[in-house]
Amino acid sequence: MNLNAVLTIYIFEMRRFFRTLTQSFISPVLSTSLYFVVFGAAIGSRIETVEGVSYGAFIVPGLIMLSVMTQATANASFGIYFPKFIGAIYELLSAPVSFLEIVAGYVGAAATKALFIGLIILVTAFFFVDLQIAHPLAMIAFLVLTCVSFALLGFIIGIWAGNFEQLQLIPLLIITPLVFLGGSFYSITMLPPIWQTVTLFNPVVYLISGFRWSFFGTADVSIGVSLFAIALFTGACLASIWWIFRTGWRIRQ
Amino acid sequence: MSAIVSVRNLRKAYAGGFEALKNVSLDIEEGEVLALLGPNGAGKTTLISTICGITVPTAGKITVGGHDTQTEFRAARALVGLVPQEIHLEPFETVMSTVSFSRGLFGKPRDDTFIEEILDRLSLGDKKDSKVMTLSGGMKRRVLIAKALSHEPRVLFLDEPTAGVDVELRKDMWEVVAGLKASGVTIILTTHYIEEAEAIADRVGVINKGEILLVQDKVDLMAQMGKKQLRIELSEPAPAIPDALSRYNLARAENGLTLTYTYDATGERTGITTLLNDLQKAGLQMKDIQTQQSSLEDIFVGLVKETA
Repeated sequence: MNLNAVLTIYIFEMRRFFRTLTQSFISPVLSTSLYFVVFGAAIGSRIETVEGVSYGAFIVPGLIMLSVMTQATANASFGIYFPKFIGAIYELLSAPVSFLEIVAGYVGAAATKALFIGLIILVTAFFFVDLQIAHPLAMIAFLVLTCVSFALLGFIIGIWAGNFEQLQLIPLLIITPLVFLGGSFYSITMLPPIWQTVTLFNPVVYLISGFRWSFFGTADVSIGVSLFAIALFTGACLASIWWIFRTGWRIRQ
Repeated sequence: MSAIVSVRNLRKAYAGGFEALKNVSLDIEEGEVLALLGPNGAGKTTLISTICGITVPTAGKITVGGHDTQTEFRAARALVGLVPQEIHLEPFETVMSTVSFSRGLFGKPRDDTFIEEILDRLSLGDKKDSKVMTLSGGMKRRVLIAKALSHEPRVLFLDEPTAGVDVELRKDMWEVVAGLKASGVTIILTTHYIEEAEAIADRVGVINKGEILLVQDKVDLMAQMGKKQLRIELSEPAPAIPDALSRYNLARAENGLTLTYTYDATGERTGITTLLNDLQKAGLQMKDIQTQQSSLEDIFVGLVKETA
């Protein structure tokens, strides 16, 4: 195990993050505040409570998930795409590192950044709404798992992407809609029965539902199913990455 | 001397079916400087990339320091440094940070003093905190060398280190290579410039269309294949070559003032003495004589033409 290499990649990537610290932090804080103003104040004044929770508080887990998923995917995809784009990837390919070490470095850093941002949004939320966390440990566990699994997805996108447009394509076309339709801002029980069934095919529903359970102790789907869904998703990403490195798809001819 | 890099029956066919390397075998001795010469598309870069692990071989076996590059890739790659042909650097990083990154990637613990030494050796000492994008092309190339040296490799691959580099910097680069060789590093470089191979290599390999045409000691190669020419300048123009001299196949310059005699320098009899005697007998007055040795370039062009 080349632990030095893992740490080197991790620190190198984190430095990129800290170099652009202001952008990295200000934009999620600002956009979250906007969501609170628009959804919390404008719509919340009409909805008041969902499943016994004030609407302002109810959307907090969804908002955190929205940012965490987008950030984890974007950071990881950029992290591996950029060296590929400028050609510096030759060094990774010629270094005595295994695919697991490369993934651990890049995905670890991207997940850490997303986790930071998730926690900052949580802190910001406390300024807007009265919030209690029923299961803090489960909350952290869900957050970490989401960061890691979406960073893995981002890594795959970064390897797959042939240009900067494609790099944006999946987050824009798939992740954002799935998160918005995954019950970030509403409970799926509020939907007509047909749409409730359709929604169950959206993997993000399980993540948000589980995460929301860790805050309020109530969920759209059972916590066990949520955990199973996230494990399945992480496993699928890991398997894809293993296949990518085994076949050298898009990186090693 | 023992081979530090050994390539056996290496074949590389790309997905499109293009065969970049056809059954290449090559031994690189520890401590030598080997220059790989070949025209564009000959397979030089593919050969280097395959040894370094960037490209996967279709068939064949490569060992570095006795370690198979496929099954013991960690041990094999740890010994190898690679300076790519293109400048592939993270533009926003500082020189120090990008060079340290390379060292860490190869599993070596952080050592700023060592890296500063390398940078000084490459005249980059005062640029260590500069961002890569602010450096000139020549400096960037040296940063690539610093990255490759950062993890103390025993074998260094330089893929066209002086392509598009001005004359002065090229000479600098040759000095760097000489210094590295003195410190015991084995160096393999690819080049288009024959004078470069002539200037710094111990052995020369010629590769064309995915095949190694020859690998030979540079001096032997030039002696063996080198033709020498004797130029004879006459005081008065010779209207034609006298019949008595026809067996020498002399070439006569248009003005009749110079005669050129081509001979094999390694042959037992060069024929020079008899030629000079016969010239005198023919009544031709010599003003001056010069000899010229054919360069590696002539040899190379000859070889590549043969296989074309």
